[in-house]
Amino acid sequence: MMPVPYFDVLRGLGAELILTLAAVVALTLDLVSARREEMTVRSRTVGTVAVVGLLAAIIPLWQQLGGPRTVLLGGTLAIDDLILFFKLVIVGLAVITVLISMDYDVGRHVGEYYAVLLFGAVGMMLLISAEELITIFVALELTSISLYILTAFHKGELRSQEAAVKYFMFGAISSAFLLFGLSYVFGVTGTTSLQAIRDAVKTTGGLAMSPLLATGLLFTIVGFGFKVAVVPFHLWAPDAYEGAPTPVTAYIATGSKVASFFVLLKVLFVGFAGLEGSAFWGNFNSGWTMLLAVTAALSMVLGNCAAIVQHNVKRLLAYSSIAHAGYIFIGLVAATRTGATSVLFYIIVYALTNLGAFGVVAALSSRAGGDEMRDFDGMAKRAPFLSLLMLIFVLSLAGIPPLGGFFGKFYLFASAVQRDAEHFGLLWLVVLGIFMSAVSLYYYLMLLKHVYVIDGKDQSPIVTPTYLNVALGLVALAVIALGVYPKPILELLNGFSYSLVAGWVH
Amino acid sequence: MHVDWTIYLTFLGVGLILLLPRESKTLIRWVALVTGVVALLVALKNYFNYNDWVNAQISAHGALQDGFVQLVNVSWIPALNVKYHLAVDGISYPLVVLNGFVCVTGILFSWNIETRVKEFFAFFLTLIAGVYGVFMAMDLFLLFVFYELAIIPKYFIIAIWGSTRKEYGAMKLVLYSFVGSALVFIGILATYFAAGGRSFDILELARHPIKPDVQVWVFPLIFVGFAVLAGMWPFHTWAPTGHVAAPTAASMLLAGVVMKLGSYGCLRGAMLLFPQGLEHWKWWIAVIAVIGIVYGAGVALVQKDFKFIIGYSSVSHMGFVLLGLATLNLIGMSGAVLQMFSHGIVASLLFAVVGRMVYDRTHTRQLDELGGLAKVIPFACVTFMIAGAASMGMPGFSGFVAEYQIFVGAFHMHPGLALGAALSIPLTVAYILNANDKVFMEKDQPAGGGHGQGHEESSDAHAALPPITLPERTAAIILMALLVIVGVYPSIMLNMIKANVQLFLKGAP
Repeated sequence: MMPVPYFDVLRGLGAELILTLAAVVALTLDLVSARREEMTVRSRTVGTVAVVGLLAAIIPLWQQLGGPRTVLLGGTLAIDDLILFFKLVIVGLAVITVLISMDYDVGRHVGEYYAVLLFGAVGMMLLISAEELITIFVALELTSISLYILTAFHKGELRSQEAAVKYFMFGAISSAFLLFGLSYVFGVTGTTSLQAIRDAVKTTGGLAMSPLLATGLLFTIVGFGFKVAVVPFHLWAPDAYEGAPTPVTAYIATGSKVASFFVLLKVLFVGFAGLEGSAFWGNFNSGWTMLLAVTAALSMVLGNCAAIVQHNVKRLLAYSSIAHAGYIFIGLVAATRTGATSVLFYIIVYALTNLGAFGVVAALSSRAGGDEMRDFDGMAKRAPFLSLLMLIFVLSLAGIPPLGGFFGKFYLFASAVQRDAEHFGLLWLVVLGIFMSAVSLYYYLMLLKHVYVIDGKDQSPIVTPTYLNVALGLVALAVIALGVYPKPILELLNGFSYSLVAGWVH
Repeated sequence: MHVDWTIYLTFLGVGLILLLPRESKTLIRWVALVTGVVALLVALKNYFNYNDWVNAQISAHGALQDGFVQLVNVSWIPALNVKYHLAVDGISYPLVVLNGFVCVTGILFSWNIETRVKEFFAFFLTLIAGVYGVFMAMDLFLLFVFYELAIIPKYFIIAIWGSTRKEYGAMKLVLYSFVGSALVFIGILATYFAAGGRSFDILELARHPIKPDVQVWVFPLIFVGFAVLAGMWPFHTWAPTGHVAAPTAASMLLAGVVMKLGSYGCLRGAMLLFPQGLEHWKWWIAVIAVIGIVYGAGVALVQKDFKFIIGYSSVSHMGFVLLGLATLNLIGMSGAVLQMFSHGIVASLLFAVVGRMVYDRTHTRQLDELGGLAKVIPFACVTFMIAGAASMGMPGFSGFVAEYQIFVGAFHMHPGLALGAALSIPLTVAYILNANDKVFMEKDQPAGGGHGQGHEESSDAHAALPPITLPERTAAIILMALLVIVGVYPSIMLNMIKANVQLFLKGAP
């Protein structure tokens, strides 16, 4: 038993420590002093503590950037530039989420709300660091449990409670699947470290030779499929998205998605390298790309088609995010370095866009009295600035240039066509994705129709706090910048993804 | 300031308008107009320089040496070898100028819009900037970006400021365009990787031939994808409903320039890159084009709604463009490019008469309810007759020069094509005269009998219509002057078109 180098661990996980401390401070502050204040003041005070904590967490992350790749605690957690970058992304998403929450009625338990939100961020950051099955599972649970609790924060509302229970039940089942799958993988390979699994897999002779490994792979993908909400494991998402307080929906749809996709990418590309099989048209071969290709196709078709008939904005965005998970899977199916880069790029764009969209929905719906589509009638006159932001975010989701969503999607599809470009083996999936994007434009425009075209009964202007406008405006600028000039971030990610898939064949 | 500044200036105009307070409507209109005019002047100034340069090259060498005036060429997204590459040639330049004119006149014809002026002109100029971009983009990716950028504003312009079934028309139009661009998207990706994943640059792709078996299936994807927007039969059904639902300026833009985006995309994105694919499919294109020409004209004849007549006439005239392109000979293709310009002006003018001059005053477009307007608004009648004459292909107007060449080119390809397309000539004359008769002449005249029979009593229903305003008059005169100038002196445009079509036919990009 090696002695644990506590100092290195403390230094490596400085950001997580700061966030945990900030969560405790937020709790105590609320308990001790803020409780006597008025509700909005209380929410803003505690929220500010959370923001300060998150901003402080940037410092250790920033300092470690550019350093060599290090592993902590016997290889369970890793730190390199890619991981640090994505931890920064998580911090950024959490900051915006807190800002949205400060403007939103989250109920009486303000301290608990922000503390749990910060714990969730810690979970996501650990998830991004994790390189070992048990750590991955624990971090995933930390994230998920925080989100279950947050979902139920609309104490008075039945649909919030229902959503939380549903989310929790599905989450628990998916965790069981995941754990079951991971245990098989451990059983076959005798190790829980991703890198060691990759080496061990090579000696087992692949899926055909080892039914146990195939079972493990299948159940692992099912488990992750629940977490990222792809068809047929998506049933919790629309209810959870609709029922949760809107800032929490934003958090579920962005922060947890980013972390889950990141770790899924790592598990598949590092741990299960060599088991990818093939999803080329006319040449299907068992392996994870085939499974992912089928779920991607189902998600794109069902997500987009089901979104058409929705009347609730959050539900609509939930189905849209199911469809987007399908698009992201196309990049994973490519199973190349370009594919990895495109997935990383897309989840950043996707997270920013969705965060912005839910942020606008949160700010407007709490003032317009509901989050049905008809509550947004005539919003372009009542809140011109936020409506413009809504236009930008929704069109980015629809994949309209020059916004980030367009380039992200283009790059995902391009990376899939590039794989087996000789015979256009993955073109079938890309064609499906492109046509489903055309379908998606319909419901995105229906949403924008309510905002821009239809006149509402209520014409009174809606005023939102400046800090929120600025924060959401910055998110919109980032979405535009990622579309107009993606070069710097692409180069950054491309450099990083090399370290992720080092030794990868394609 | 070279011609690429038209894009930047127009975007600048959008930015300025967004910063202005929404109450200052007049200021917003003027900002939009000044933006449009400055961009047009930039385009025109360089146009004449370019024309002189082309003529000098032709007289010196007998042909064009270098096909393009390069504007910008910088790396944009290295990960996919995407370049920000803008250039113009004799094919795209007339269309850039067309866009400038339609923009300015469209703004003038929208001077009476009172609701949500700020948003209207912001969307309008965004669309214009996107169209400028498409006509100059020499990188498939960039072309696609500008192309999509032009689609979305159309939805809002039609859905917010339109009339008859506006939300339906707007959605139909956008979904058709978007499905078309989905086909193009697939085609572009396939092209890129079939050519080795080196570049999206059109000129570079044209230099590296793609395998014939790939060409045969990628060509129709890109061609049809763009042709949807060009109103190709049987994918034209968005056009009449879209045109009818759109406010005047948007109909002008749709028929005037947006449909040209489609035919230009066919020429630049599909025909240039896939010579073998084109060879394989050209008869299909020609036959479909002839069907569209005759069908559009025939359907226009039986319409009851004034705007539907013009909508279907656009389908018919865009069929000429596709037919001309499919002929693959110098005269036919040059005619097709000139027809793009000519129809852009004609359609703008016709929609301005229908939408702005007639509908905004009478609030009806039903032929049965209109009548006798020649007495009340004679200017509208004159404008309609001139535009109608150009539409019929009367000598002296640009439409004649263009369609005549297309007929000759089609005859070279196969006499049957020219004969089939010629069926549309009597139909066109009939629907224009029919509309003129029903709208502008007195009601109690026997139908079909010419015009101007000299009845003295004025129509009581439309006696007190507001007179034609100065902006309308100015814009109409600009457009009519263009029809005559290009009709009488076609080489102002035709020389540069011919020079580049010749290069195209030689196989050089």
